[in-house]
Amino acid sequence: MKKKINICQKTGIDAQKSKGWLGANKYLVMRRISQLSILFLFLLGPWFGIWIVKGNLTSSLTLDTLPLTDPYVLMQSFFTGHSITQDALIGALIVVVFYLIVGGRVFCSWVCPVNIVTDTANWLRCKLGIQNKGGGIASKTRYWILAMSFVLAFVTGSIVWELVNPVSILHRGIIFGMSFGWGLIALIFLFDFLVVNKGWCSRLCPVGAFYSLLGKGSLIRVNAKDRDKCTDCLECFSVCPESQIIKPALKGQGSSIILDGNCTNCGRCIDICEPDVFSYSTRFNKNTTK
Amino acid sequence: MAISRREFIINSARLATTTTLIATGLLSYSKYSYSLPAKAIRPPGALKEKDFISACVRCGLCVNDCPFPTLSLATLEDDVALGTPFFTAREAGCEMCDDIPCVKACPTGALDKSLTDINKAKMGLARIVDTKGCIAYQGLRCEVCYNVCPIRGKAITIEMRHNKRSGKHAVFIPIVNYDHCTGCGKCEQACIMEEAVIKVLPTKLAMGKRQDSYKLGWEEKQKSGQSLVSPDIEHKYNLPEGKKYDLQGEGLTDIKVESTLDNALESLNKFNPLFDIKSK
Repeated sequence: MKKKINICQKTGIDAQKSKGWLGANKYLVMRRISQLSILFLFLLGPWFGIWIVKGNLTSSLTLDTLPLTDPYVLMQSFFTGHSITQDALIGALIVVVFYLIVGGRVFCSWVCPVNIVTDTANWLRCKLGIQNKGGGIASKTRYWILAMSFVLAFVTGSIVWELVNPVSILHRGIIFGMSFGWGLIALIFLFDFLVVNKGWCSRLCPVGAFYSLLGKGSLIRVNAKDRDKCTDCLECFSVCPESQIIKPALKGQGSSIILDGNCTNCGRCIDICEPDVFSYSTRFNKNTTK
Repeated sequence: MAISRREFIINSARLATTTTLIATGLLSYSKYSYSLPAKAIRPPGALKEKDFISACVRCGLCVNDCPFPTLSLATLEDDVALGTPFFTAREAGCEMCDDIPCVKACPTGALDKSLTDINKAKMGLARIVDTKGCIAYQGLRCEVCYNVCPIRGKAITIEMRHNKRSGKHAVFIPIVNYDHCTGCGKCEQACIMEEAVIKVLPTKLAMGKRQDSYKLGWEEKQKSGQSLVSPDIEHKYNLPEGKKYDLQGEGLTDIKVESTLDNALESLNKFNPLFDIKSK
């Protein structure tokens, strides 16, 4: 029997040859630095007593002046019937404006610590040549869970999703104590690794779904500007956490800009594309070759 | 890519089922999660538990600003709603900072900013839950809870009572006063018994509630500033002739009729040194 090679296993080899390792992993490295240094900033206080940032991702205070609040959690709190305070609202608005500029799901790929977990699962799955199917979980499921979290907040009068949200369990856990939380994170890892391909971040996570909706109108986008240079190697589809979003821009007749809110602006497609088809641009960029 | 109506309905039903399944699991888990154990105490100024869990986003800013290792965020190990702040009095009570940094830090109003005087906080209510275990009740001198109380002499006072066992000593009993106790838990933390006999309980658990229909006459009288019935007759017993009534003592007794002469003689004899010898 001929051994089938996964596209993912040869992904990036060509790019690495022509652009060098760093050139072919530029945004990946930058994302990891971004994710880890944000986490480190939060840890400086509890670990070394240097209080630059207090709190965690759901709400924080930077340098005792800049308040940031997770708009998704705040919306759930709103649905419980609690009246929103001015502090929290300002914090949430700053976050919303920020992600409207840089791209909604930039949260997922540049900030969220769970992304490191699921990316690792994905990487390992590829290395070991394990091919999972979608497992019958549609990528739309996350929007249903998103809606469910609001309905549950309304029905129970409490922020129910925060009892199980792996994003906050991991981030808060690292800062304030994790206990059995590791178990849940391990489950997410195993789920993505063995059960469902890109299962958590691209199919189930309502936090990502929230930022997807926010990202529908965001400014900075990935642009398949030089799509005429595409060699149909399919590597970008293989690395993309939301591979369905590339086709309209890369192969369509319309705009070459990836306008889908699900794009996380992770820049992995830019990294691994040997002919450099992709680049970051604004959503209004009209400079397309085709 | 167009899909048929049939596919659309089946897909939606599938998603709805999955979501409802998750929701059901989550609902039962939340029921269990929100049964706050009595030993977990919320920070000062916390809204009522029901409102608290709708307002708290579990950011930990209160924990960061607590200068003592008192507050922590619940992990999956604690039986407290995940990520919400609490403390356990036996381990570390609230130090009752004057500036209440935890309340100031809260961005969502889960800790009520209208609390500006820490002495008015109501985190819970200390109660002596075991008077048999409390050595003060047994007549031993302890008063540790009284002495560590941040509102010493107000929230906990010492009441002296007769020691019925020995018949000649006093017992010094600590009494928690509802109006002043903030529920900080320093008493529970300091209690020298193996298991604390004084405990901070959630106010709801520690207190009963009297129906509004019960009016205490003396309080109503004070409120209105005058007697509620007129004329305000002083209480007296309506007793049969020749009887007296002593509430605290002998109860209903005959009034002894003593002749004036005997009385006079007796008092005279008290001054006579020979009287005692003669009577023996």
